[in-house]
Amino acid sequence: MGLDFSVVPGFLDSILIGALWTIAITLSSAAISFFGGIFFAVISLYGHWVIRLPFRAFAFLFMGTPLLLQLFLIYFGLIQIGIDLPAFVAGIIGLGLHFAVYNSDIIKAGILAVDKGQHEGARTIGLSKGQTLRKIIVPQAVRNVVPPIGNNMIALLKDSALVSVIGVTELTLSAQLAISQTYRAFEFYVAVAVCYYIINLCLEYSLHLIERRIQISR
Amino acid sequence: MSSEKPFIDVRHAAKSFGALEVLKDINLQVHKGQIVAIIGPSGSGKSTLLRAINELDPLSGGEIWLEDMQINKKLPPRQYEKHINKVRQDIGMVFQHFNLFPHLTVRHNITLGPTMLKGMSKGEADKLAEEQLAHVGLSERIDYYPSQLSGGQKQRVAIARALAMKPKVMLFDEATSALDPELVEEVNLVMKRLAEEHMTMIIVTHEMAFAESVCDRVLFMDEGVVVEEGPPEVIFKNPVNERTQNFLRKHLNG
Repeated sequence: MGLDFSVVPGFLDSILIGALWTIAITLSSAAISFFGGIFFAVISLYGHWVIRLPFRAFAFLFMGTPLLLQLFLIYFGLIQIGIDLPAFVAGIIGLGLHFAVYNSDIIKAGILAVDKGQHEGARTIGLSKGQTLRKIIVPQAVRNVVPPIGNNMIALLKDSALVSVIGVTELTLSAQLAISQTYRAFEFYVAVAVCYYIINLCLEYSLHLIERRIQISR
Repeated sequence: MSSEKPFIDVRHAAKSFGALEVLKDINLQVHKGQIVAIIGPSGSGKSTLLRAINELDPLSGGEIWLEDMQINKKLPPRQYEKHINKVRQDIGMVFQHFNLFPHLTVRHNITLGPTMLKGMSKGEADKLAEEQLAHVGLSERIDYYPSQLSGGQKQRVAIARALAMKPKVMLFDEATSALDPELVEEVNLVMKRLAEEHMTMIIVTHEMAFAESVCDRVLFMDEGVVVEEGPPEVIFKNPVNERTQNFLRKHLNG
């Protein structure tokens, strides 16, 4: 059986819908991972140990176990204790928290890299510790670490394929559905790979624009 | 010295880092509208003293008063935080390295404090920022980021930022030491203008000529003590203490 890409256009609409799901899941979990990352970073740097230690344990849980397992646990496991999440919500939460833990380490380094004079400048005006953190330190820390956070976002986009196993019809699953009808694995996987690639190019370009925009304000 | 109550009153200030005593029983009274310069070799404790006044480097002993309020009160952490944030609004500070916020425009560097701490509306704060910038001669730079300014301009913005909080006293910690020589004058001019407006100021500086021309009183510090203090014409022309003489000889001959 040779290759025949002419089967692909017939499934174009379901692939595009899959692509939209992939984009939606990526953007939502990217948002969770970004703000969650800031939250975890602040807690692990400034939190009281009563809060800090459980958070560290939690973070290590997310770093030390496979993302796939975490998705299974959130989707199939939580239902047993009465938490019944739709598949895409479970997927977004799993991806978001997983990458939030990775982002938090990066943002932590970003916070520590902010010059001590910035704290002093803010505190001498009369800002409280919290205000200083919110208005002065974190915004600068985030600017410091846009490139590595961006790398995580690209990894997140690719790992979003994992939510196909809990039944979210995103790009990868839409390919598998098409393959199950046509037995054209190579053609559809390539088609979907091209989609991932294009989405990633857009993502990278946006990151590039962000980096250029903040250059002046660093 | 006048008999009225001092505006800033430092009593028996002591500070040590481990076994190292950086301030030993320092007393300093500054009256309203006075301008005091603190000079001395590096490591003499002059910056530490200045930074103790707004509790950036809290003292290990002694008291600091601003009018009727003790700045370094011993309070439980939460109350202390409230107290010190309030106190610091009354004490403007200018640093050697400016410490402008690089992620904010000049405008927002200035309006941040007034809007967040004094409940000023955006419009009022904008007007205030414009006034303060006009004061330091930088009106046209209001929407620039700090990275787009020269060192002298940055320092003038930092002064405007401090003044926007309407402080009762201004502290200058080697405000011109990090500047290229040709940029020092523009900052000195702004400080001179403040002096003419009778702002109470404590100035840690290496600029002897500036200290001499602007200040009412000069303190010479060495090894954590005030070695000699007096009016500038005495300290600079006829210092009594040998250490002061040596320091000035080195400094004035470049």
